[in-house]
Amino acid sequence: MMRDPRTALVAALLIFLGLLPVYVMAAGNNFLLILFTRIIILALAATSLNLILGYGGMVSFGHAVYLGVGGYVVGILAKEGINTGIIQWPLALLVSALFALIIGALSLRTRGVYFIMITLAFAQMLYYVAVSLDRYGADDGLTINHRSQFGLLNLSNKVVFYYLCLALLLGVIFLVARLVNSRFGFAIRGAQSNERRMRAIGFPVFRYRLVCFVIAGTLCGLAGVLLANHTDFVSPAMMHWTRSGDLIVMVVLGGMGSAFGPLIGAVVLLVLEEALSGITEYWQIILGPLLLLIVLFARGGIVGMLRPRHA
Amino acid sequence: MPEPLLQIEGLTKRFGGIVASDNVTLPVVQGELHAIIGPNGAGKTTLIGQLTGELSSQSGTIRFGGQDITALPVWQRSLRGLARSFQITSLFLDFTALDNVALAVQAHAGHSFHFWRDARQQPDLRDPAHAALERVGLGRRADALVANMSHGEHRQLEIAMALATKPRMLLLDEPMAGMGVEESARMVELLRELKRELTILLIEHDMDAVFALADRISVLVYGRIIASGEPAAIRANPDVRRAYLGEQQAVTLNG
Repeated sequence: MMRDPRTALVAALLIFLGLLPVYVMAAGNNFLLILFTRIIILALAATSLNLILGYGGMVSFGHAVYLGVGGYVVGILAKEGINTGIIQWPLALLVSALFALIIGALSLRTRGVYFIMITLAFAQMLYYVAVSLDRYGADDGLTINHRSQFGLLNLSNKVVFYYLCLALLLGVIFLVARLVNSRFGFAIRGAQSNERRMRAIGFPVFRYRLVCFVIAGTLCGLAGVLLANHTDFVSPAMMHWTRSGDLIVMVVLGGMGSAFGPLIGAVVLLVLEEALSGITEYWQIILGPLLLLIVLFARGGIVGMLRPRHA
Repeated sequence: MPEPLLQIEGLTKRFGGIVASDNVTLPVVQGELHAIIGPNGAGKTTLIGQLTGELSSQSGTIRFGGQDITALPVWQRSLRGLARSFQITSLFLDFTALDNVALAVQAHAGHSFHFWRDARQQPDLRDPAHAALERVGLGRRADALVANMSHGEHRQLEIAMALATKPRMLLLDEPMAGMGVEESARMVELLRELKRELTILLIEHDMDAVFALADRISVLVYGRIIASGEPAAIRANPDVRRAYLGEQQAVTLNG
């Protein structure tokens, strides 16, 4: 199995992520831990996007909206004095699901560019709703004074929080991998491959897509909950369209329709961003062409590049 | 006489000023192979679109198995047993042949809101799919990626997918399109077998195939059925000769 470079890369990455806190504690380098907590959370969001984008062919340009929705539910509840995670988290997921249901029900009636535009429009709408929430910080955002409380599990401990995020990420990756190979997954992937044929053999395509869209939105809402806890802060910027764009880049860069692709994409994009911005203020001038090259010459992203030739 | 399995009554489809289907009335009786022939642009593909539900009709009704299906969406018609093949191959290219057919089986095996178990490990999907592939002679190609299969194999796979939905009736849109002589002959053999168990509406340009297989033939010209009857009667019909067959093809038909 290890002869496949993809497996080797994923194994190395997982070992690295698993051992990182050990190094951080030994070296006292908190910055790395904070960076990688953020990477893991955004990788979770990208994994949820991959479900609709990579497997379902639904190019949502507003996926970050669920980061915002999940985050704001935590922020607003915290502001109103409800700090227990047992209420915050399920409610955040529920509200994310609800938003995905409404957005999906309307936007999935369109295709192609129209779908991209309408998901973007919904995201912008909610962005401005957040900007107008005067009680909750408006465009300045809202500071969260207490992280979600889960009895003995102390999320303020950076290592505990890191491992919680990592465990949730791996859980979601596993969940998505099971899902895409189930009957439901085949229905979704079939609709991506050939929608017309799916109808002709008897599939009501819309309802499967909608459910898939809601699952992805809910999982991204979970990433929003984590992000709010990570930064102790929520702001409209969480759901800005550039953030949705970042998520798409992570998925495309890592490899659409591959289980670990979004994680790899998130690591590469955010580490590059960090490293290049240390070198020059104009780091985007370097990152942009690099992404262009990968999209042009490596269809299937990094995972696709590592695919053995004979397979 | 019992009610036909498929009863088309006064079906009309206009695109702007063009009448693509003009008051088409056509019964397809249970067990028969009914062929529709007509020159290019006669409205054959439009008619198929209306029957499968991809195109709506301005007027007329379609009854299938005694029920009005005129307003049903595509997928519900399929679930009721009306299966089709596509004129231009329409498959899941990035899946294996077996996956393609298994999806067709899955569509008719209840809802697909099963999120956990691996669909590739489920015998109730894979076994019938295998059987359908065997049926069309693709048994040994089950694990081939569809994108890597030949055109002739794609045509066979089209039929296998239609069969896998356990249909009551097949709508075949030019199943011989683009096939070589040998492949065509094999397809004719396959259809000859299938017509023993299934009602088939066949749209086909290959006249040898049509006259070899059809129990009844209807001739569509400018969206209108100008003749309908047994092959011998169609061959002899002067209107058909004039409107459709032309001089040189008439010779072929006589031969």
